[in-house]
Amino acid sequence: MIRLEKRPQPSRGWSIATPLVAVLATMLFGGLLFGVLGTNPLQAIETIFWEPLFGEFAFYYRPQLLVKGAPLVLIAIGLSLGFRAGIWNIGAEGQYIIGALTGAAVGLAFYPLEAWYIFPLMVIAGALGGWLWAMIPAFLKVRFGTNEILVSLMLVYVAEQFLASMSLGLLKNPEGFGFPGSRNLQQYDSAHNADLIANTGMHWGVVAALIAVIFAYVLLNRHMLGFHIRLTGEAPRAARFAGVRPSRLILLCLGMSGALAGLAGMFEVSGPAGQVSIDFNVGYGFTAIIVAFLGRLHPVGILLAGGLMALTYIGGEIAQGQLGLPAAAIQVFQGMLLFFLLALDLLTNYRIALQKPEVA
Amino acid sequence: MSQVLLSLNGLTKAYPGVVANDDISFKIGVGEVHALLGENGAGKSTLVKMIYGLVKPDSGTMELRGQSYAPGEPRAARADGIAMVFQHFSLFDALNVAENIALGMENPPPMRDLAARIREVSETYGLPLDPFRTVGDLSAGERQRVEIIRCLLQDPKLLIMDEPTSVLTPQEVQILFKTLEKLRGEGTSILYISHKLEEIRTLCDTATILRLGKVVGTCTPRETTARDMAELMVGSALKTPERAGRALGEVALDISGLSAPSPSAFGTALKNVHLTVQQGEIVGIGGVAGNGQEELLGVLSGEILTEAGAVKLLGEPIGRMGPAARRALGLLTAPEERLGHAAAPDMSLTENALLTGAVRENLVSNGFLKWGAAREFAERIIEAFDVRTPGPENAARSLSGGNLQKFVIGREVLQGPKVLVVNQPTWGVDAAAAAAIRQALLDLAAEGTAVVCISQDLDELMEIADRFAALNEGRLSTPRSTTGLTVEEIGLMMGGAHGMEVAHV
Amino acid sequence: MDLSAINPVLLIASLMVAATPLLLAAIGELVVEKAGVLNLGVEGMMIVGAISGFAIAVETGSPWLGFLAAAVGGAALSLLFVVLTQVALANQVASGLALTLFGLGLSSLMGQSYVGVKPPRMAELHIPGLSDMPVLGPILFSHDPVLYLGVAIIAAVWAVLKFTRVGLILRAVGENHDAAHALGYKVVRIRIAAIAFGGACAGLGGAYISLIRVPQWTEGMTAGVGWIALALVVFASWKPWRVLLGAYLFGGVTVVQLNLQAAGVAIPVEYLAMSPYLVTILVLVILSADKSSAPAALGRIFHASH
Repeated sequence: MIRLEKRPQPSRGWSIATPLVAVLATMLFGGLLFGVLGTNPLQAIETIFWEPLFGEFAFYYRPQLLVKGAPLVLIAIGLSLGFRAGIWNIGAEGQYIIGALTGAAVGLAFYPLEAWYIFPLMVIAGALGGWLWAMIPAFLKVRFGTNEILVSLMLVYVAEQFLASMSLGLLKNPEGFGFPGSRNLQQYDSAHNADLIANTGMHWGVVAALIAVIFAYVLLNRHMLGFHIRLTGEAPRAARFAGVRPSRLILLCLGMSGALAGLAGMFEVSGPAGQVSIDFNVGYGFTAIIVAFLGRLHPVGILLAGGLMALTYIGGEIAQGQLGLPAAAIQVFQGMLLFFLLALDLLTNYRIALQKPEVA
Repeated sequence: MSQVLLSLNGLTKAYPGVVANDDISFKIGVGEVHALLGENGAGKSTLVKMIYGLVKPDSGTMELRGQSYAPGEPRAARADGIAMVFQHFSLFDALNVAENIALGMENPPPMRDLAARIREVSETYGLPLDPFRTVGDLSAGERQRVEIIRCLLQDPKLLIMDEPTSVLTPQEVQILFKTLEKLRGEGTSILYISHKLEEIRTLCDTATILRLGKVVGTCTPRETTARDMAELMVGSALKTPERAGRALGEVALDISGLSAPSPSAFGTALKNVHLTVQQGEIVGIGGVAGNGQEELLGVLSGEILTEAGAVKLLGEPIGRMGPAARRALGLLTAPEERLGHAAAPDMSLTENALLTGAVRENLVSNGFLKWGAAREFAERIIEAFDVRTPGPENAARSLSGGNLQKFVIGREVLQGPKVLVVNQPTWGVDAAAAAAIRQALLDLAAEGTAVVCISQDLDELMEIADRFAALNEGRLSTPRSTTGLTVEEIGLMMGGAHGMEVAHV
Repeated sequence: MDLSAINPVLLIASLMVAATPLLLAAIGELVVEKAGVLNLGVEGMMIVGAISGFAIAVETGSPWLGFLAAAVGGAALSLLFVVLTQVALANQVASGLALTLFGLGLSSLMGQSYVGVKPPRMAELHIPGLSDMPVLGPILFSHDPVLYLGVAIIAAVWAVLKFTRVGLILRAVGENHDAAHALGYKVVRIRIAAIAFGGACAGLGGAYISLIRVPQWTEGMTAGVGWIALALVVFASWKPWRVLLGAYLFGGVTVVQLNLQAAGVAIPVEYLAMSPYLVTILVLVILSADKSSAPAALGRIFHASH
């Protein structure tokens, strides 16, 4: 019979190997799924993982990788700080929406003025918007002990309604012939988050994501606050004993993740998306949860995981166009990845031993 | 021995890296009180779990009244008349007494009948208990009664008791012994697990002594000295800590009129606690578990805040300060729970050294961590306290209980505290490590540190403390000098027999 | 704006319909949490139940088989959670989220060919005499059978938890799994059964949305009901009858805001649509002060180490 034995300490090797094994297992089972759906599994996997990077149209897809990866990494870095401390912000999608709204609103308020300070102001507004939205669950948790998972999630639905209201009302393009949606910020130079180098996908959001990765790395490995974050997640009582004030940590972690999600939303709305519209959000806030776990809540891991997840998005779109693979299949594929990762994580902390049956 | 109830023949059980039980054989007679004596880690728990069906032996057999006995699960053991009173983990705080008891029975009668039977049995054996009280609200002694009554309701042939007196006052121990004598008189056998030699000498007919998983001796406790049994148990003569004469300095810690609610649902609130500790003095705080020990440590460590003036360190009010600020001033603490409270299990020893050492050992500058310095500090602790580990990069959970405890105590001692508060410093620690820890506390006091030692081990407190006080339902008795203090006096300070006044006192 | 168009009797009757998915999902989750497991995958299990039920009902023409399939679908998905949390000992919060993300994807994949299809209708109860009574008839005696089933499940869960040995063991496992294990109870098996029951209930709740409440299939149609169900368990302090009360309260908010939308109140539609979520937050805030009734082992990982 198979038994689990707790390892005396977590295995380094497995903690690096599990994400890779999980990706392979997902390819295998995802391929089976695609096969069941009537697509050639090998071709599907190749389309998803190879085509965007090295295929014929890679010159077009590679920049897309940055465009899709940046918001995922930015949000996931923020989430990972909280997750490390056992603070579960599940509402990044809402903070992303609000950040986009506040960022865009500041930009639109200046229209048609052209000035260098508009974009920086939008950045600040976006971060502030996301921060404020995340402060709601943070404050309620600190003050009333309310569960942050449920509150932050409820606020996603509220934010979605708010987005609809804004794109139909206050932020609607006055010259938009009555169509929902704001003015297109891509056509407003001072507010446009354009590619820093044309056609590379390298916009300010990508820069922000890289800075966030470095910042998180230094914070977690070199700074007392990062140590306290890890300590709180590993052993909350020991953290209190060490002198960590839980409420301060909750406000900080939720605040940081909200601000980063808000930034991601702001960079998206002023760049790739261009305008506030009812269906502006595409679920980055939720996919970032997968990215955070896939990256093992480690900044560098998240960077890689964000790239991988962006790849499945783009590859998925190609597969959709070329092979008729349904969009939902990619969503299932991503969900599967998270499953395998969580299941295989067992091997980091436990050893599987073959042993005689025993009364458990 | 009249008639054999249970005989164990060559029981062996190995876990990866350790043989917990190695070829263990002995017999328990009908109506016999049989002691199983051994240090922590000697293999007592594993052995008992095999008898109770929780663990299956790798080899060896058991016979119950001449019949082969191999319980597949506790249920089977219970069906064969074997009952067990656990030391930990077997009561449900949020459920009431009757529900708790029903859970330990195969076919419990309807609640109303069960309640009536609980009352009946509790009166017969002098263990008063209200069947409808919530278990979380009971004292440690009362909780033990729940366990005992749960067993007695099944009319056991063999009652296994795992360290039953560790949660009792001396008076309650007397009452328990009366109950056990009564059971013996009725022909019930008792397997009594303990490392307390005096009580084994009082109560038990035979003793089997285990060391490192092997039977190292059998004796009749009444005819054997405690010292001989101790040497069998430990395997060598023990060094008793040296106590140098100490000059007491000014008052280092001053607790006055301190009251604080407990942070946990079933905890004990502290009520109007007064205590002063002088430099160079060791004050021992006894009391049955769950009478406010954790809370007292909490208000001193800074995890529970109080009025500023309720706690003073060298005259400075610190009641509103958090743990880090108190450490900076020189008040250090070591909580009871090693894994998860005093140390983070999955973090390395270096990180755990950082956990409390950051301020005093200067391991942080401008918020940035000095990993090199932290590692050095961890190495210093390992070196000075003989912590057995391959190195400071190993996780705290990979250490044995005794080694981790040495690390935890060493971490605080090496920081040169002005006041050190420890809770259960030698709980679950082998004798050699316990002696080392006690010696470290004595040495610290000799250097002028004021030490508060909270412990349930009265022998330990008598050995190292200058003054003794006891916690009882959140109240602290007036401290008294340990010289000339009798067991009866200590027992009364601990609250006599909790909730037993009507029945016995 | 014409508030007189709102008929209070119909309002109450439709409130009960609106509350039923929530009630089913919440009572299932209550049992799971009583066993000491926090499954945040309710939303995922609901939506998988919604599409499984819908598809089978459409294919077979029988709403009853549909509901059966929904329960099986929800329970099947919950077994993935079992694998993660009970076998692989993964973090319950992360695993629950994984379940929801996976369930949302899986359901839209399964539902591709069912968009715009009309499901077979489930006949409403009609008891001559009783159902024809004014006021009480439409409120109490003219609903579909699953609505009554929901109330019956609440009653059954209450009775089992309070009066039976099974219920006592379940509570014991949720309170202190180490103690339950020491007494010889099969902690993991009991939890697996509870999780599967929770999955089945969530599945039923989902199918109630797709087969009766709406009735049609659209992607993501559960729209957070599963999450509200989780909040409802907190609201109910883990007491079955309070789940019923809470579900009707939330059902009421939903129905009132829909009625107000229809009546053309001056408040924009989006703000009315926010209201159930805002009410959920409000209720959580009010009730979070008292956590004492939460099962003590909730969310903690159990590994039997000798």
